[in-house]
Amino acid sequence: METFGLWIAALLTLGIMSFLYKDNPIYKFCESIFIGISAGYWFVSLFWQSMYPRLYLNIRGAISTLLHEGRISDDRWLYLVAGILGVMMLLRLVPKIGWISRWPLSFIVGSTAGLYFITYLQSNIMNQIRSTIIPIYVPGNLGISISNLIVFVGVFCGLVYFFFSREHKGAFGGAAKVGIWFLMITFGASFGFTVMSRMSLLIGRIDFLFGTWLGLIK
Amino acid sequence: MKKTKFIILIIPLILIFFNLSSPQEKPVPLPPTEVKAFDTPNDNGHSLSVTWKLSPDDGAGKNNVVAYEILRAESPKEEFEVRGMVPSGENLFDDKGSREKEDKNYLPSHKNYYYKIRAKADNIFSESEVSNPAFAYGQWYHTGKTPVLAGVIIFSIFALTFITLARKGKKLYIRPLPGIEAVDEAVGRATEMGKPILYVLGLGTAADIATIASFTILNRIAKITAEHRTTILVPCYDSVVMAAAQETVRAGYLEAGRPDIYKEENVFFVTSMQFAYVAGVNGLMLREKPATNFYLGKFYAESLLLAETGSIAGSIQISGTDEIAQIPFFIAATDYTLIGEELYAASAYLGKEPVLLGTLKAQDWGKAVVIICLILGALAASFHFQFFLNLFRVQL
Repeated sequence: METFGLWIAALLTLGIMSFLYKDNPIYKFCESIFIGISAGYWFVSLFWQSMYPRLYLNIRGAISTLLHEGRISDDRWLYLVAGILGVMMLLRLVPKIGWISRWPLSFIVGSTAGLYFITYLQSNIMNQIRSTIIPIYVPGNLGISISNLIVFVGVFCGLVYFFFSREHKGAFGGAAKVGIWFLMITFGASFGFTVMSRMSLLIGRIDFLFGTWLGLIK
Repeated sequence: MKKTKFIILIIPLILIFFNLSSPQEKPVPLPPTEVKAFDTPNDNGHSLSVTWKLSPDDGAGKNNVVAYEILRAESPKEEFEVRGMVPSGENLFDDKGSREKEDKNYLPSHKNYYYKIRAKADNIFSESEVSNPAFAYGQWYHTGKTPVLAGVIIFSIFALTFITLARKGKKLYIRPLPGIEAVDEAVGRATEMGKPILYVLGLGTAADIATIASFTILNRIAKITAEHRTTILVPCYDSVVMAAAQETVRAGYLEAGRPDIYKEENVFFVTSMQFAYVAGVNGLMLREKPATNFYLGKFYAESLLLAETGSIAGSIQISGTDEIAQIPFFIAATDYTLIGEELYAASAYLGKEPVLLGTLKAQDWGKAVVIICLILGALAASFHFQFFLNLFRVQL
């Protein structure tokens, strides 16, 4: 069985890689299997990891508390609200009352945006400002002074670049140009770093094909 | 006589032997004093804190205290259980409990507890007096996050002011963005070639900011495609995003006065697995050969796969994401790229809605405040004024 699985994995890998040549029936076949299996797996995984433990078990626990202890105060009843919102989302499938699904959608988007407001303000603004408040000149240490100056100029000019209320002209435009240079240098470094990690993914697949499947690499 | 001399000599030797072989009694350290228990501030109501005055033998006197053990009980007469240990020199302990009743570490709020501190020196210890009773309770306001509150208030004032101005008709200038200037040209190209437009919302959920910004742009592009009678294909990664995208595209067609040509099957769900989704979209690109591809939203490792395939298919490509690691790939492989916040600005630029324009202006004013803080902060840091740095300290 293991050998059979190995061969299937290897053939599907080659089928997907055939895309490098051009679109072909083998790739279409492998693509369909990939999408179909992933969608089915995702649905089953969602049911057993999310709906069953978080909705069914929690509501069952809350009902059990009510029946056996006569106590209605139980945090688990809140999951009923989530269940109702989920059912309202599914009403999209009924054209006449499909508009009901806009309510849970609005709830998700609005509440998450509100929660993220605080999180992002703290992590992306407060912490960033705190990290950038550094002395421009450190007496007796030229290296750190230059480093701090570069950090300050980079952050300042980067912020100027993302200013949308003014056109990039004159001194303002000059600062914005410096800002985009900083951004591009950073993106170049990030590009090189990420390409290395993508190479390691390819190496993993080549190792699987030539090592695990064909046994050519010991 | 000899016998007497022997006894006189041997007895001291016996006494010395027993003195050496019997264990030396180690000195017991003096106990800590002034034990105070209190509710841990800025928490959810399931934690207590204890402080005490260090034992006189900690770092002085006998100098034999190695650690302090913290013990807790529900009443002074009950058996105390060990809750933790801190090394010598420390006089604060946070007794963090769980909020789950089933958890063995459950610490209920509004229930009195008593503490004792043990000063330990190897195997011997001394115990303090029992502390005052203390109960845990949650706070409504986290004082350590006051800088965040100040930031929220400042930004909210800016946002409300500019939204009000925008609603009153005041023109709020936004500088043109190259990627967005090319949208009309891109859609026109698709119409001339008779090919569809592909719009990829990315792998984010409907709650991600980049996806929300992308919805606004999708609405505008759907309106333009409806006016030009061009097909728009929107393969979705998330089912909730698909529902929102269908509503968005339908609204765009309605605004253009062409609800009759809206096809719901053009906005469809593919799968929620990253690379299976990419395989599907890539296949779609090579088969349908769209004239224009839009990649606007949250992307991860699949960004280059999508962009390169679109390039092979001969599509003009406009991309935008706030994922910093993916921006370089989009810059390298697509024709126009909206970098980070330009994606949010693009949604305001295209949408022209007062709320979006006002919020964008407020962001710019917020950036101006940040720039001023950085300049003042750098000067304060250079002259060693620590207070400015402490203004931005946020406790978790």
